[in-house]
Amino acid sequence: MYQAVSTFDVNKIRNEFPVLNQVVHGKPLTYLDNAATAQKPRSVLDVLSRYYREDNANVHRGIHELSRRATLAYEGARNRIAEWLGASEPAEVIWTRGTTESINLVAATWGMDQLKEGDEVLLTAMEHHSNIVPWQMVARRTGARLRYIEMDDEGKLVLDDLDALLTDRTRLVAMTQVSNALGTVNPVDRVIEAAHEKGALVLLDGAQAVPHMEVNVSDLDADFYAFSSHKMCGPTGTGVLWVRKGILEKMSPYQGGGEMIGIVGRDESTWADIPHKFEAGTPNIAGAVGAAAAVDFMEHVGYESIKEHEVGLLRYALDRMGELSDLSIYGPKDLKERSGVISFALGDAHPHDIATILDSEGVAVRAGHHCAQLVMKHLGVAATARASFSLYNTTDDVDRLMDGLQVVQGIFGR
Amino acid sequence: MSDLNLNSLYQQLILDHYRKPRNKGELPEKTVEIHMANPVCGDEIRLQLQIEDDRIVEARHVGQGCSISQAAVSMMTNLLKGKGLAEAEGLAQRFTAMMHGNEEVVRDRTMGDLRALQGVSKFPVRIKCALLAFDALQEAIKKERAES
Repeated sequence: MYQAVSTFDVNKIRNEFPVLNQVVHGKPLTYLDNAATAQKPRSVLDVLSRYYREDNANVHRGIHELSRRATLAYEGARNRIAEWLGASEPAEVIWTRGTTESINLVAATWGMDQLKEGDEVLLTAMEHHSNIVPWQMVARRTGARLRYIEMDDEGKLVLDDLDALLTDRTRLVAMTQVSNALGTVNPVDRVIEAAHEKGALVLLDGAQAVPHMEVNVSDLDADFYAFSSHKMCGPTGTGVLWVRKGILEKMSPYQGGGEMIGIVGRDESTWADIPHKFEAGTPNIAGAVGAAAAVDFMEHVGYESIKEHEVGLLRYALDRMGELSDLSIYGPKDLKERSGVISFALGDAHPHDIATILDSEGVAVRAGHHCAQLVMKHLGVAATARASFSLYNTTDDVDRLMDGLQVVQGIFGR
Repeated sequence: MSDLNLNSLYQQLILDHYRKPRNKGELPEKTVEIHMANPVCGDEIRLQLQIEDDRIVEARHVGQGCSISQAAVSMMTNLLKGKGLAEAEGLAQRFTAMMHGNEEVVRDRTMGDLRALQGVSKFPVRIKCALLAFDALQEAIKKERAES
């Protein structure tokens, strides 16, 4: 493990990402919008291309050679994800379009099956809209109630009254492992333990966790885990929903169609076994293959090394940004409680203007509510600017961000 | 140097309207109100007009957002007072044309301070910020005509 740290060479890693090597508006690209989506390494681009060039066919239904290869690649990718995620078996891994669809699947099946009037779903005030709105939709149809774990001023969850929030009616706690808007790393272990004691299940939104930290669903002891491949250097349109087998087997199907059936009659049909029961239609085969390649890439670099590199970058960035007197940074101050996300405000420059000015300097950041309007309300702002890091970012990137912020000050400080 | 011209985007006049928005605040005598938001970035405008006999007597706005959206609504409301609906519609059309690259409009003195926003047309993702106020205006005119 320590050897991996010493061999971490960010310049070598950058060379694996062709998109980074370009000039934007006359400036070298500084990509700091990784919490929105990460760039893709050659190994991922190559397997996508190779799949379509050499193996493309539909899965699970052809007798011919290409179909056999496509099926092997698709199911092999599932096996790879299962092993990496610590699933007890590959059948617990369902391919989806992304975190959003993964959560919607749970809401539309488990939620509609299980939630009754007066039941409670406990969310947190730092959830992405994709872990709020599906539950609102189910609550409206079932009469279930939504409750929230609140945040403190630093953007950390207030867990003092967790025992009171978890009631006899709480059926599910659905929460993010890492906040996309603030970078807060949540103490999910503690919540999972408390929830299970009360007999509630736990769904974790891992979209912002898997790019930065090793995740093992068995160790976590969660019941549902959702993430997207594209934020961890894999292709867009590919996500995963992991569900503990005993729960998954009892869940109703999600979409109907080919692939998910056993026998189809005129009035009724039977369902395929898990996981295919939840995968109607021709799946995103190339996406699955690319997602497995992304996992290979992340493990090849090593999560220990990634974490050490990103913490170093975060520390450097927070130090340097502290030099600007009218800059405020949101989120936890303790680096142990935050991942590589920096949400900030600069004087009276609106985040949208900050992002335009930074873009003109080649620096890509996000400005807006980050699909977390509840977080913005808590902070008392309409929007923030957000710089977010990935394993390929460097201190030079931070320096260029700083140069850009000085241009913002130059314009708005007049 | 960046090959984008920030100085044309962030003219002093724009920042002045951003920091000291004209005609901001509720209009108790309003006869029509339109709420427009850009869900992508959170820019928000509530345009309030007092219209009598097809003429805009008073125009105010409430909301928040980036310098471009707030400067545009500030500048626009300055020009609306006393204008007939057809005239106001013409203003919205000319401004929209300017955002889409029509360079004739910038010489049109009746556009007032709005001419300072011409630089926005070179920043495609910001055009909708500038147009938010005018989208609200066009909706307001439509609503007024439907009701009268």
